[in-house]
Amino acid sequence: MSTQIVSTDVLVIGGGLAGERCAIEAAAAGHDVLILSLVPPRRSHSCAAQGGMQAALGNCVKADGDSPSLHYLDTVKGSDWGADQEVARIFVEEAPVAVREMAHYGVPWTRVRGGRNRYFIKGERVEIEEKEENDGLIMHRDFGGTAKWRACYAGAGTGHAALFAVDSEVVRLGVTVRDRAEAVQLIHDGGRCWGAVSRCLRTGKHSAILVKATVIATGGHGRIYGQYTTNATINEGTGAAIALNTGVVPLGNMEAVQFHPTALSPSGILLTEGCRGDGGFLLDKNLDRFMVEAEPEKQELASRDVVSRHMAQRMRDGLGVDTEYGPHLWLDVRHLGEKHVTTKLREVYEICRDFAGLNPAKELAPVRPTQHYSMGGVRVNKDGEAYNMAGLFAVGEAACWDMHGFNRLGGNSLAETIVTGRLVGRHVAKVATEIDLEANTSIAIDAVRAAESRAAGWLERSGSGPSVYEIRDAMGEAMIANVGIFRTDEELVAGVTQLNELLRECDKAVLRSKAPGMNPELSFALRLKGMLRLALVTAKGALARTESRGAHFRSDYPLRDDARWLNRTLVRWPEGASEPEFNYEPVGLIDLPPGHRGYGSADRIEMDEPLETYNERVEAQQVQHGRLETAEPTGSEIRWGEWGGQQ
Amino acid sequence: MKSRRLHFEIFRYNPEDPNSKPHMQNFEIDELPYMSLFMALNHIRETQDPSLQFDFACRSAICGSCGMMVNGRPALGCRTQTKDLPDMIRLHPLPVFKLVGDLSVDTGTWFREMVENTEGWIHAKEAFDPDAQEERMDDELAQKIYDSDRCIECGCCVASCGVANVIGDFAGPAGLNRMARFAMDPRDTREDSDWFELISNEQGVFGCIGMMACHDICPKELPLLEVYAYLRRKALSTGFAGN
Repeated sequence: MSTQIVSTDVLVIGGGLAGERCAIEAAAAGHDVLILSLVPPRRSHSCAAQGGMQAALGNCVKADGDSPSLHYLDTVKGSDWGADQEVARIFVEEAPVAVREMAHYGVPWTRVRGGRNRYFIKGERVEIEEKEENDGLIMHRDFGGTAKWRACYAGAGTGHAALFAVDSEVVRLGVTVRDRAEAVQLIHDGGRCWGAVSRCLRTGKHSAILVKATVIATGGHGRIYGQYTTNATINEGTGAAIALNTGVVPLGNMEAVQFHPTALSPSGILLTEGCRGDGGFLLDKNLDRFMVEAEPEKQELASRDVVSRHMAQRMRDGLGVDTEYGPHLWLDVRHLGEKHVTTKLREVYEICRDFAGLNPAKELAPVRPTQHYSMGGVRVNKDGEAYNMAGLFAVGEAACWDMHGFNRLGGNSLAETIVTGRLVGRHVAKVATEIDLEANTSIAIDAVRAAESRAAGWLERSGSGPSVYEIRDAMGEAMIANVGIFRTDEELVAGVTQLNELLRECDKAVLRSKAPGMNPELSFALRLKGMLRLALVTAKGALARTESRGAHFRSDYPLRDDARWLNRTLVRWPEGASEPEFNYEPVGLIDLPPGHRGYGSADRIEMDEPLETYNERVEAQQVQHGRLETAEPTGSEIRWGEWGGQQ
Repeated sequence: MKSRRLHFEIFRYNPEDPNSKPHMQNFEIDELPYMSLFMALNHIRETQDPSLQFDFACRSAICGSCGMMVNGRPALGCRTQTKDLPDMIRLHPLPVFKLVGDLSVDTGTWFREMVENTEGWIHAKEAFDPDAQEERMDDELAQKIYDSDRCIECGCCVASCGVANVIGDFAGPAGLNRMARFAMDPRDTREDSDWFELISNEQGVFGCIGMMACHDICPKELPLLEVYAYLRRKALSTGFAGN
């Protein structure tokens, strides 16, 4: 049978906020863009983001004096100094523009109401007079780990509103969207990417897409934690997996996994940080507001890694509410009142009603920390281009651009999607303008044949092997038990052993259905090995990193170690190798010296070299690990010391 | 307590399989506490028939993937609890939309066309100015727009609509809601005559014959009654103004 090959300018893999915003930029520059999406774009998981998008507009009284520099400080501290500080700077400077652009696209942002407003702050009801001259500007709410109210929001449906606005723009520009399609393999020549093999999730047929620039925007991979995640069923890390399968592109900081403090128990559905931002409490089984003592300064609004650890410890101490599904704690928003809960937290109200049968304006909601966000992903330079692979870009949660380091602040990911979409989109457009499509169609045909033969292999295999769903469930259990909030050498070794075993089992697994067409069991089976590989590199990365930083907490190495571990993990899986290969690069140029975050533990091991020496190594070492040249030199966008006086 | 035995009767047809013919297939499972159709259908697929096609993504009633007919009524599968259903649960794909297979339908194509037909985007006055402060908006109005913007395009309203089921080019409840969402948004510069062209015909609000099943079944509880009243008022006022 002949191979179907489509050629166009730009391929965007993933139709969520980051991918679509990137597609808009390339399309507006005159390029033909094709978006592949597992689901119709408006069903992408961006739609589930609730609470807000961080941008230092400084519009309400509690945001007075806010600035990109303050946002920068919060972001770097939040990352526990794991972030690339130049990237954090680029992000905070662009975020206000990107958020205002979303207003231009039609997002119905909640607005400032001039005059007297009632808020709940640190357990107290307060009245604040909002300035009349700011009436009608974009409003902010408080979020964790921030010095100011900064999260811009549309009720508790910010992601939904943003995704619909951006997708409207995609339709307006006439961008082609192929939904129910999955990129199963990148087409590349070892140094440059020329597109991907697409598998149609209606028919099961494979085809090649040849392009000048390819963008991975497939979101996170929370489903490697099985059901123990807030993520949608589609967040299986397909983009990160195909990048890892190239053998040359590294993934960055895969061990940095965020657990969100307030997922509804037991379903794991997210309840926004906005609940606590708007004044909600966390309570234990004795209805004790334990975060006040644990974090006197930030209370419930410390960063997510810190709050999740306090919660997990509380439950370990026997102060959780025991149920047949394990212990949970309580989220209390009753004091915010029915009107607030049914308007500004409306999605929370509906989720509690529909999935737990309770009214959060009147009852406590059962919550527990649950896997939520992948800080790790396809390692890219500041232009969004992958290490070791020209013409391949990654944006959003799928990428490790690295403004989040080892802990992302709430509301920073939604803002990242549109900021990187705009910025990386410009570089994508430039590549599409400057280069010619020189790929030999034979590499496309070979890639399609390889993908087809993998599918055929699954259908041909018979016998009494395990089912793919058993392996998936075992993977989830191995991850939550051994690569969770608290990690130890013993557990991580056990996790690695189990995952290696599951990888071997995967090769013996047998499909129960040989149905022609998309075959849902086959569709999942084709992703399973990639998910197991992502799980394994996460566990191995966590085992290797013998310190605690952000969300990566080693009970046996409880201190952040800036002498040995002020670096980023890079993992590649060379072709044919039985094991992944780990390397470490400097986090980037350091402008804000490592210090105390202002919450969590203040103890740490200090750097044992001067900052200047560290910074001198950055360029050469990153290039050595495959970082491609950027449009502007490294460090060009750092505003050295501009955060001074802001602290 | 002994759990209930649930009897499922599920529509099956795989258009990619030349041997497949549309039929109903029976399954039985034991009910679990807090069981939703998301859990039940995955359980059936993973333990009884792995070829069963259906769509779920967020499993929290926000992505709109899992609209299906549950005992003859359109609903989101993830949000439907088995405890609220009788022992016999009959599942069909949503009508109106093209069938992908079994319970899975192609809402993506339908909604993309709807957005194209209604030009469901902000028709902006001018290009975005990155240096300008955002245009102001009254918070009450922002909330009203948000109320309409909350549609998740699950297609349940379209499936429930007597008109949309028989007239292919009717905008449908979700389409009418989209028109209203942009018509009330001052950032959209379309004029009364543009809205009149879009709204005031049988494809628009005058195609609606007022049975209002859409209003009853909308999983997001959109105020569709108010939306149509708003559109009819808009149609009349712009119609009279034009004369």
